[in-house]
Amino acid sequence: MSGGPTKLPGILESVLIPFLNILVALFVSGLVVLALGEDPFFALGLLIEGAFGYQEAIGYTFYYATNFIFTGLAVSVAFHAGHFNIGGEGQAMLGGLGLTLAVFWLGDTAPVLSVIVAIFGAALFGAGWAFIPAWLQAYRGSHVVITTIMFNFIASALLAYLLVGPLQRPGGQMPESSDFPEGVGLMQFHELMEAVGINFEQSPLNLSFLIALIAAASVWFMLARTRFGYEMRVTGQNSDAARFAGVSVPRVTVIALMMSGALAGMMGLNELLGEQLRLIGNFTLGYGFVGIAVAFMGRNHPLGIVLAAILFGILYQGGAELAFEMPNITRDLIVVIQGLVILFAGGMPYLFRRPVAALYSRFALKGER
Amino acid sequence: MHVAPAIETRDLCKRFGDVKANDNVSLVVEQGSVHGIVGENGAGKSTLLKMLFGFYQPNSGDLIVNGEHISFSSPSEAMAAGIAMVHQHFMLVEPFTVLENIILGAEGQGLLKHAEIDAKAKLKGLEQQFGFDIPLDEPVSHLSVGQRQRVEILKALFRGAETLILDEPTAVLTPQECDQLFELVRLLKSRGKTILFVTHKLHEIMAVTDTVTVIRAGKVIVRTDTSSTSPEALAEAMVGSKISRAVTRADTSKGTPRISVQNVSAVSDHGHRALQNVSFDLFDGEVLGVAGVAGNGQTELLEILTGLRRVSEGSVSLTGNVINSANVYTDPIALRRAGVAHVAEDRLKSGVVASMSARENAILGYQRDADFSRNGLMRLAAIDQAANDYFESQDVRPRNPDLPIASFSGGNQQKLVIAREIARSPQTLIIGQPTRGVDIGAVTKIHDQITELRNAGKALLVVSADLDELMAISDRIAVLCDGKLVGIVPISEADERTIGLMMAGSPAATVDNVEQSQ
Repeated sequence: MSGGPTKLPGILESVLIPFLNILVALFVSGLVVLALGEDPFFALGLLIEGAFGYQEAIGYTFYYATNFIFTGLAVSVAFHAGHFNIGGEGQAMLGGLGLTLAVFWLGDTAPVLSVIVAIFGAALFGAGWAFIPAWLQAYRGSHVVITTIMFNFIASALLAYLLVGPLQRPGGQMPESSDFPEGVGLMQFHELMEAVGINFEQSPLNLSFLIALIAAASVWFMLARTRFGYEMRVTGQNSDAARFAGVSVPRVTVIALMMSGALAGMMGLNELLGEQLRLIGNFTLGYGFVGIAVAFMGRNHPLGIVLAAILFGILYQGGAELAFEMPNITRDLIVVIQGLVILFAGGMPYLFRRPVAALYSRFALKGER
Repeated sequence: MHVAPAIETRDLCKRFGDVKANDNVSLVVEQGSVHGIVGENGAGKSTLLKMLFGFYQPNSGDLIVNGEHISFSSPSEAMAAGIAMVHQHFMLVEPFTVLENIILGAEGQGLLKHAEIDAKAKLKGLEQQFGFDIPLDEPVSHLSVGQRQRVEILKALFRGAETLILDEPTAVLTPQECDQLFELVRLLKSRGKTILFVTHKLHEIMAVTDTVTVIRAGKVIVRTDTSSTSPEALAEAMVGSKISRAVTRADTSKGTPRISVQNVSAVSDHGHRALQNVSFDLFDGEVLGVAGVAGNGQTELLEILTGLRRVSEGSVSLTGNVINSANVYTDPIALRRAGVAHVAEDRLKSGVVASMSARENAILGYQRDADFSRNGLMRLAAIDQAANDYFESQDVRPRNPDLPIASFSGGNQQKLVIAREIARSPQTLIIGQPTRGVDIGAVTKIHDQITELRNAGKALLVVSADLDELMAISDRIAVLCDGKLVGIVPISEADERTIGLMMAGSPAATVDNVEQSQ
């Protein structure tokens, strides 16, 4: 018999174990809060209140989650093909650039068309920025982890150059572009609700949340239902078997990493086309990197990624409120808490797998003895 | 005076989930004896071994070592009790020297230099006692497979092992190396060591053991003295029913070659010439066996025939059309469509994707067939149907295509692979190691199937490290040595000695005659 790990029912594997991880992360965070002389339960209450307590908070939570869905999906698509795309940050920046160029190119004559082209512009530039590392990996064996990290720096420098140069707002001092033409932007959630007669507080939550959900569903469909998804998973799990099956491993590598780059690039929809309505330097704010934790925590499954992204949305929004309400708990401490969640849920996802598996085989299988 | 057995188990049980891997296994291994354990793959041998050297803990039952009840919570505790395991896949750090490998984890002190000096002194004694001759300062990567195995054994002795567990020790050895191993086993025994010899090859049990235990489906079926049993009786105990190895073969005529290999040379992944000026024909209605010590070009031969490697010189033709030459290359999918199926020699390396379900593995290589995908979408119902058909036709167990292929035994994995490759009734089958890691019940079935395909007029090329297997199923045996084709012998004139000599590279005089007589 092979001594492989016990197979656990899906609910234990994908719900209970991540839940335990989050619980431990919260427990350790609580200790930190306690050490600062604050009441951890009160802090937790504030955090949840801050994330869900009122409509605007909910809007912000899902607004942040939207970014994480895109970047988390980006990491997972590359991962299914056996590659670690660390370049989500840079690809998102280029996605933002592509979107901006499309918007300024088309102007305000047909806002809906501008938005549609901008969405494609974001995906295309993100994919294009991933293409070079992908090609180097596939045909020259340059490790994609190294090249994508380097491409993050290049993207950052490129954006900085453009935003203090050709793309800078005329007469402006900040590294940012002019505002997008009037009417070019994604519909806000509160506008949407208004249209169906529901009053919802204003928040940056916008249509890109829906686009993110569609992207998640598409990724799932691609992986589980399409031939390319099958060949991609085979390549990711065992490239020798992929060659045996007649799959061109370099081709799959390039396509998968470009898909990954396109998803990362679409993060700009939410930030720029949904909220800022102009291109600003460093709008990515590390969301591309958090996407790695989101993908790990979501077990690289699109549904898991959506859930993990919402959790990180809660931490971002609730954390901001917490820092505001409790002066002892600074913005930095919120980063510590986020770090702990990443550590336990993303970095050590199997911490509790063994004990859970042991308990499971002890109790659940007892009846069959 | 009665000496307590080196290892005794009483009613040892181990379960994984709902599978009983070991069910009340009782075993007695006397001091200073060679005890064989035989069983099919998946019979529970590995589980038992892993409990004996502390890798698994039994759910119930007793483990008694040298008369003392004991329970190991880790392999190091088993080692401390004098039990060592020589794994089927060696646990050596290849770039390290032999000496570094031997002292690894047993350095004993902070400074490596002192540890090496002490170790050398101790090893000298061991080498004299057991007749080892291994270059201690050579990197392991430079050693032959047989030598590496000796390093493993020496490593165990260095750590003071009194009982050695050898897990499928001959799986990777040439016939000559096997003989050397058997000699070493006898020598170890004469020096008072106890050996537990685990295998599924019955002639090895007969050759080297004193007593033998047969395990089937996690239970001990027979425990007997080797001298009072026979291979047939052991095989029957292993499989549970009478099996016949005699293969009936029909006479088939040759005609034009199905595959013609002309003056082919090919370069390996490491950049050296793996095949040199190889020429042969493969005809319909025959099994062409390819023998050779592992690493003499067999892998590359399989690859150039199946679209996985381009030839650097010469050509491969399928029914007269060139499929592989310096200018022509046909990919594996096109070759499968042209009726060339491929059973990969290393199943887990390239024939299946271990972590994927059996169902998804059932279409690997055929995923672009219209049956299984259309307009880029997978046809899940058809795939499910195919997987179920394969499970049914080859009796793959357990009958659950949802399980990852890795959780099936080697034999069941191979059955699924073969079902997959013959499902399209290919005219040509290129088969690597048809029964590697496959239990004896499945071996017979696979051999019968190969013969059936041959009798149906298919052309089959079989590469195998198991000479007995080639002798049993082939019509002709080709021998590769150092990338060159030493010769091709019709089965009527093949015997183990001739083939063995050819494997060592000597084109015996008889072989030349054979070539001309074709």
